Amino acid sequence: MNFLDQIWLIPLFPLFGAALMLLFGKFLDPQPVSEVAIAPGVEPVYDEHHGHAHSHDDHGHDGHHAHSPLRKLINFICPGMVLLSFIFSAGAVWQLSRQTQRVHQIIQFTWLAGLPFHMANGHLSTFQADWGFLLDPLSSVMILVVTGIGFLIHVYSTGYMAHDNGYYRFFGYLNLFVFFMLMLVLANNYMLLFVGWEGVGLCSYLLIGFYFHKKSAADAGKKAFIVNRVGDAGFILGMLLMMSVLGTVRFTDVNAILRSGHFTAETTGFGVLSIMSLLMFFGATGKSAQIPLYIWLPDAMEGPTPVSALIHAATMVTAGVYMVARSAALFQLTPSTSTVVATVGAFTAILAATIALVQNDIKRVLAYSTVSQLGYMFLALGVGAYWVAIFHLFTHAFFKALLFLCSGSVIHAMSGEQDMRRMGGLKDKIPITHWTMFVGSVAIAGIPGLAGFFSKDEILWQAYSSPLGSRLLWFVGLATAGMTAFYMWRLMNMTFYGKSHVSAEVEKHIHESPASMTVPLALLAFGSVFAGWLGVPKLWTLFGESWRGFEHWLEPAFTSAAVEAVKEGAHNASIEWVLMGLSVAVAIVGIVVARYFYCNKPEIPDSIEKAVKPLHTLLYNKWYVDELYDFLFVNGLCKGGGLFLGAFDRNVVDGGVNGAGWLTRFTATVSMWWDTWIVDGAVRFIAFFVKMLSYPVCILQSGRVQTYAFFVVGGVLLMFGYYVVR
Amino acid sequence: MHPITEVHYLALSAALLLIGTIGVLTRRNIVIILMSIELILNAVNINLVAFSHVFGQVNGQIFAIFVIVDAVAEAAVGLGILIALFRNKETVLADEIDLLKW
Repeated sequence: MNFLDQIWLIPLFPLFGAALMLLFGKFLDPQPVSEVAIAPGVEPVYDEHHGHAHSHDDHGHDGHHAHSPLRKLINFICPGMVLLSFIFSAGAVWQLSRQTQRVHQIIQFTWLAGLPFHMANGHLSTFQADWGFLLDPLSSVMILVVTGIGFLIHVYSTGYMAHDNGYYRFFGYLNLFVFFMLMLVLANNYMLLFVGWEGVGLCSYLLIGFYFHKKSAADAGKKAFIVNRVGDAGFILGMLLMMSVLGTVRFTDVNAILRSGHFTAETTGFGVLSIMSLLMFFGATGKSAQIPLYIWLPDAMEGPTPVSALIHAATMVTAGVYMVARSAALFQLTPSTSTVVATVGAFTAILAATIALVQNDIKRVLAYSTVSQLGYMFLALGVGAYWVAIFHLFTHAFFKALLFLCSGSVIHAMSGEQDMRRMGGLKDKIPITHWTMFVGSVAIAGIPGLAGFFSKDEILWQAYSSPLGSRLLWFVGLATAGMTAFYMWRLMNMTFYGKSHVSAEVEKHIHESPASMTVPLALLAFGSVFAGWLGVPKLWTLFGESWRGFEHWLEPAFTSAAVEAVKEGAHNASIEWVLMGLSVAVAIVGIVVARYFYCNKPEIPDSIEKAVKPLHTLLYNKWYVDELYDFLFVNGLCKGGGLFLGAFDRNVVDGGVNGAGWLTRFTATVSMWWDTWIVDGAVRFIAFFVKMLSYPVCILQSGRVQTYAFFVVGGVLLMFGYYVVR
Repeated sequence: MHPITEVHYLALSAALLLIGTIGVLTRRNIVIILMSIELILNAVNINLVAFSHVFGQVNGQIFAIFVIVDAVAEAAVGLGILIALFRNKETVLADEIDLLKW
């Protein structure tokens, strides 16, 4: 079977699943209307129909809800569709790897065929976008991540969501998300990519607001949607500018034009290409949660945990990274923008890491960790190390999905508790979750041998050695690495080690999750250990080039003279060893300090907190960025805008209405005058004329009988007279 | 002594007709008008009878009797209308009864 020509099927499987769930799911999983989905950790909800309050305490206990046996069908269909996609993806990628030309493009039809227009340089061009799919090394990595990890998370969800209502809705949205994500990464042009881009935004909104009866969840969904729209505006403008300057949005054409030598690199200042890339990067900051638009991602944790793992850690939020990497040819010509990207990435990384240091909600720590790791990816993109960014995206997808799913498993075991201050000592009660999360934490901390180390170390090295990098960027990255190790092990220690702070009520219910959840955890843990070995550092000369397959695989996607120059000649073995040693040391120090603080001497963090109270408050409140945005945009813009709109309404809109009213009355007056004097006048004049004519006749009719008799006699006499005289 | 010829009858008839006509046209009182109409009818009767005698045929006399009967009926109806008018308008003067004026 030729999978390469069937790649258009890959997104369609999940779409089919989604359509099935969203159209007919109601019949597969009927449920009482009164029972809305209950979130882990929700306050007790008063249930009108049953007349009693019930909390989520029953989460994880079998047999409480009697569910339709048809649910098994959902379990079969939805993960099954993603598995089919994965099989087709793997087949297609395998066949692609057997080709010498590792680009396969199929164009099914012209989707948008518009009017001819004049490009910026005066040439005539036609706006056109295909419904086409492009499989190249970059998109093959993405589809494998999306379908592979997506499948594991679907399987996990069948366990995690087993006690939630709205089961079919959840899986319908999840499949729809996979469809849009695959459209995003398989599209062969920016327009179609944008379809997927908006689609995943929609699914993200739907899934964050899955527990829509909770105000905080509904608000978080809206926040994510609106903040993403801000970024999307930049993306659209960038796309339009690209259309106007390059005349096409198809990736292969764009790359060919940009690499043809027609455009030279804009080494100083911001030219039109730099504006284009900046606008696109602004779009990426929205989707991938970078400064200034990162604020939606931590709030997105209101959604169910598998959603956080799939959408807000492993796949959707990396769409921005993918998009920038996809536009590598553009960014390679615009070093000014690349500097902006690297700087924004580095500072997002460290800002999010500082916030993660003091958060107490287990998912919130991971959310800020995700923002921070995405910052790393943009740092790599900014310094021109595109393959490293995708490599980190790849490894991060494994260990962050793993960490989120583990946290979900912990929350599941803790009957919906998310506050780490009320956990502790769970190590032996939920051993599988503990060990898999242990692997994930080691991987993200950057201990040699696990996935996170390889990609993160490569990013730090590129930040240091690339011509676009600098020591400042490297140092920020290093500091972030230390903080990452610290906050992850703070999380581990507060959750799994030390004294138990679990309440007796919850303690009774603690249990290991079912196999549908632990098996995906184990598989992801496996990936977290070994995914990194696809990109062993060049420094480790013990390993041959076959251990650096990831870089070679992606090479064709990013090849250009500039990148070649960066790669060669920059390697200085002794410095690299020192830097690698430093990053490992920082990671170990972070782990040890966290262990010491939160396991051995729990009083130390409290005393530090008291010593630097203002700083702690600042970090705990997330640098007050939300409040600042509230002040500037939500209140400032909305209320100021409200005043403006009020004035506008009173003066312009009402003025228009009043003006129209006046005009109508004026024309009515004119019309009335015309009617009275001209139309009626004519009628009356005719009547008057006839009356005048008839007047002489009228006076003959006196009403007196004798007058008439006189006429009769007169007439008779006249007739006689006539005959006599004749 | 001249014999009475048809000319005399016709002259009497013409005189009566003239008197009646002038009465109808000039008198205001409806009763008088009705009486004037009787004069006109009788002028006609004299005419009919005179020519009946001249031509030696009885038709004219028969017709005169019809006219007399007709005049009686007419007088009865006319007086009836007059009484009804008087009850409504309290007048018997023809020039004050001008309802059919435009």
